[in-house]
Amino acid sequence: MNQSLFKYSLHLGDNALIIGHRLSEWCGHGPVLEQDIALTNIALDFVGQARMWFQYAGEIEGKGRTEDDLAYLRLERDYTNCLLTEQTNGHWGKTILRQYLYDVYNYQLYEDLMESQDERIAAIAVKSIKEIAYHREFSTDWLYRLSGGTEESQQKMQEALDELYHYAGELVEHFSWEQELAQQGLIQRRENPGEAYFSIINHEMDRAGLDVPYDRPMQTGGRTGLHTEHMGFILTELQYMQRTYPGVEW
Amino acid sequence: MKDWPLWEVFIRSSNGLHHKHAGSLHAPDNEVALKNARDVYTRRNEGVSIWVVESKHVHASDPSDAEAFFEPAKDKIYRHPTFYDLPDEVKHI
Repeated sequence: MNQSLFKYSLHLGDNALIIGHRLSEWCGHGPVLEQDIALTNIALDFVGQARMWFQYAGEIEGKGRTEDDLAYLRLERDYTNCLLTEQTNGHWGKTILRQYLYDVYNYQLYEDLMESQDERIAAIAVKSIKEIAYHREFSTDWLYRLSGGTEESQQKMQEALDELYHYAGELVEHFSWEQELAQQGLIQRRENPGEAYFSIINHEMDRAGLDVPYDRPMQTGGRTGLHTEHMGFILTELQYMQRTYPGVEW
Repeated sequence: MKDWPLWEVFIRSSNGLHHKHAGSLHAPDNEVALKNARDVYTRRNEGVSIWVVESKHVHASDPSDAEAFFEPAKDKIYRHPTFYDLPDEVKHI
């Protein structure tokens, strides 16, 4: 088994699963019906992407674990999603800001994955990037609307940025699985993903009239299974059905 | 968000067909209206094109005018092209 490929697929699946789960928490609670359904659509896109990565990870592992086993029956330390994806929804603006920070990264990542020498990775990326392009358009649009809205909405977006910015660095960290897969010639990441990412983010924040909190040290840990306190609560809810009624189907 | 105006949504289900009224929604401006329409009315692959029109720009006939508007057409069946025989070779009519 290609251990790096297995772990990388799991990681990509975990990111999609956890941010998708967070967005699904808005279902029935959106500020208006139209945005409620918009976020639910996006949540479903992510859950769909998570399925594809977990199916692939299960096949690579070859021990018969299904996508459900991987999504619902691991322990917290085995999840390798980035810390940003597990942060709480907060108010609408905070969810938008979290989504924006993630979507810019995600689009850049999948652009690179489309060029992968691994056919399956490339196929998943090609299928997903259209969805991700829409996510990015959606969150960028709302970012500008809210930061350029009223004094109150601007202030809330600034608070959200102060609360979340230090989780952005982990998204573009150099990471061992990626480097190993690059050495094996299976994936190609762009030269300096962090520079590309932050040049967009910082520029757009500036345009949106928000102050980037440059002095905050970046937080990291999710990719090695060291999560924030929110992760346990997410898993409690996410895994409840499979833990309570093992093997339940519907 | 309570002040968001109402928009009427028209969807073209496939190329070559005309846009049909699909429903309505609230949005602050035309860009969001289009995005909302995409999310609310095309999530099950219903469309290839969307029009949105702010509802205040739609002028509707008055129900109390219905008799004057529509009754006169009821007894003019000769306006339907059904009074001549078509040769079998003519298709698509």
